Amino acid sequence: MKARALAFFILLSAGRAEAQTLAADLSSHVIGITTGFVGANLVFFGSTDKPGDIAIIVRGPPTDATVRRKEKILGVWINGSSAVFHDAPSFYAVAATRPLKDIALPENLARHAIGLENVKLQPTEPIPEPRLGEFRAALIDNQEKIDLYRGSVAPVTFLGEHLFRADMFFPANVPTGSYSVEVVLLSGGEVVSAQTTPLIVSRIGFSNGVFVVAHRHAALYGAGALIFAIAAGWAAGAVFRRV
Amino acid sequence: MEIYLPIAQMPVDPFVVLTMGALVGLLSGLLGIGGGFLMTPLLIFIGIPPAVAVATQSNQLVAASVSGVIAHWRRRNVDFKLGLVMLAGGGIGSVIGVALFAELKALGQIDLVISLSYVLFLGLVAALMMVDNFRVLVLHRNVAVRRKLNEHNWLHRLPLRMRFPRSRLYISALLPLMIGFVGGLLVAIMGIGGGFILVPAMIYLLGMPIGLVAGTSLFQIIFTTGITTFLQAITTHAVDVVLAAVLIVGGVIGAQIGTRLSHLLKPEYSRLAHATIVLVVAVKLAFDLFSKPENLFSVVTMGN
Repeated sequence: MKARALAFFILLSAGRAEAQTLAADLSSHVIGITTGFVGANLVFFGSTDKPGDIAIIVRGPPTDATVRRKEKILGVWINGSSAVFHDAPSFYAVAATRPLKDIALPENLARHAIGLENVKLQPTEPIPEPRLGEFRAALIDNQEKIDLYRGSVAPVTFLGEHLFRADMFFPANVPTGSYSVEVVLLSGGEVVSAQTTPLIVSRIGFSNGVFVVAHRHAALYGAGALIFAIAAGWAAGAVFRRV
Repeated sequence: MEIYLPIAQMPVDPFVVLTMGALVGLLSGLLGIGGGFLMTPLLIFIGIPPAVAVATQSNQLVAASVSGVIAHWRRRNVDFKLGLVMLAGGGIGSVIGVALFAELKALGQIDLVISLSYVLFLGLVAALMMVDNFRVLVLHRNVAVRRKLNEHNWLHRLPLRMRFPRSRLYISALLPLMIGFVGGLLVAIMGIGGGFILVPAMIYLLGMPIGLVAGTSLFQIIFTTGITTFLQAITTHAVDVVLAAVLIVGGVIGAQIGTRLSHLLKPEYSRLAHATIVLVVAVKLAFDLFSKPENLFSVVTMGN
């Protein structure tokens, strides 16, 4: 991975840097979740020929997130009011050369959905304000706790004038699907260039096989689970009788 | 080391799960209980989604009850006829239970119903067992059992009376049918075999000979947990075979050790230990229901 990244650096600095203001790529476009998956580290790298700041925004596949609030009813805490956010990113992380507030004005950051407070979270039905803010904050807070949203901005470092790189860790509970990696060049607080690169997270090998069978051939899967359990129980009885 | 669970979609340390399986298995072998009521909360505690915990637990219980029934069958301690009648009720119960589970999950109230059922049923059983223990250990009286074979209550005289020669009973078939039905519901909603509620019901309501109770309840638990596993697999897709395999291995080893150690424990103390564990779990869950949660909000994202 590192060698490939380095080769790309050289290629970029030698030829392409002049052709366009921004070029970027990542060390791998696929994260494969195997049975032994413990998370993955990706390297984002690229080159720019204009001075400015680089921000990299990684968004996971959109999902419908339901946020429920517990309320006290008859002394028992039960799920009460709820809000559904349509197409919320299932993963959200930002890397940047400087703290976001030093790079651009809040309006500009909000327009491009850069930074955790600017994540696009659209409720499916209108919710009055103090409550909407609470549910929004709760969703961000919960996702942050399981490391799927990142409150802190990861560093993007320049190697010399033109080349930049950033490292980002994807935890073991990373959702599967197609991600978008948006690399933007900001100058004077405005986005002057942007490039989007896809990233796929998918289960591979055994764990993918199990998941696919469980969903597409559910009856077969259920029958298999039963036969396995009966055989295991029977075998246990037979083996331990002789011990 | 960690392994990735394909259905729960999260990594777990297999040795932690194996140890949990072995400990619960040890207790179940030692005290003659299924242990499902301990395993489901433990799985939820280590972060397994409740739906996956309940569905997978039912798969693990199939293996546990099969190996249990084999042991009882060798000693001819299974009343198959009574078991089959209970099973008819159990089948209906688990079908309705799985449908109810899916409905409650969509409403966001499944966690509450799981907790409430636990508190209610465990609390009830713990109280009954404590009273029993008190009579035996403190007042030195025998456990309440039917004194005469022909002693019947009004429940036995309901319509559809049937003979169960193995248990030497002539009672209404509606009674075992209803007990089985409740057992089936519990398997689907709580992810437990329901032995802790079936066993006292079979002793006190049916008046079955005590020696046959464990084998017969396990016999019908094989089928209710089996039906539930299959239904969960085709409706909620929440059965995680990788998790189940680790639990089965741990549980089997623990149960065999527990069974071998069980003769060291006097039955009255084993019942007291059982009652204490049930009570502790019930009190803990009740406490959680009534105390203010640390985080008022919960988030559920649609799987892909």
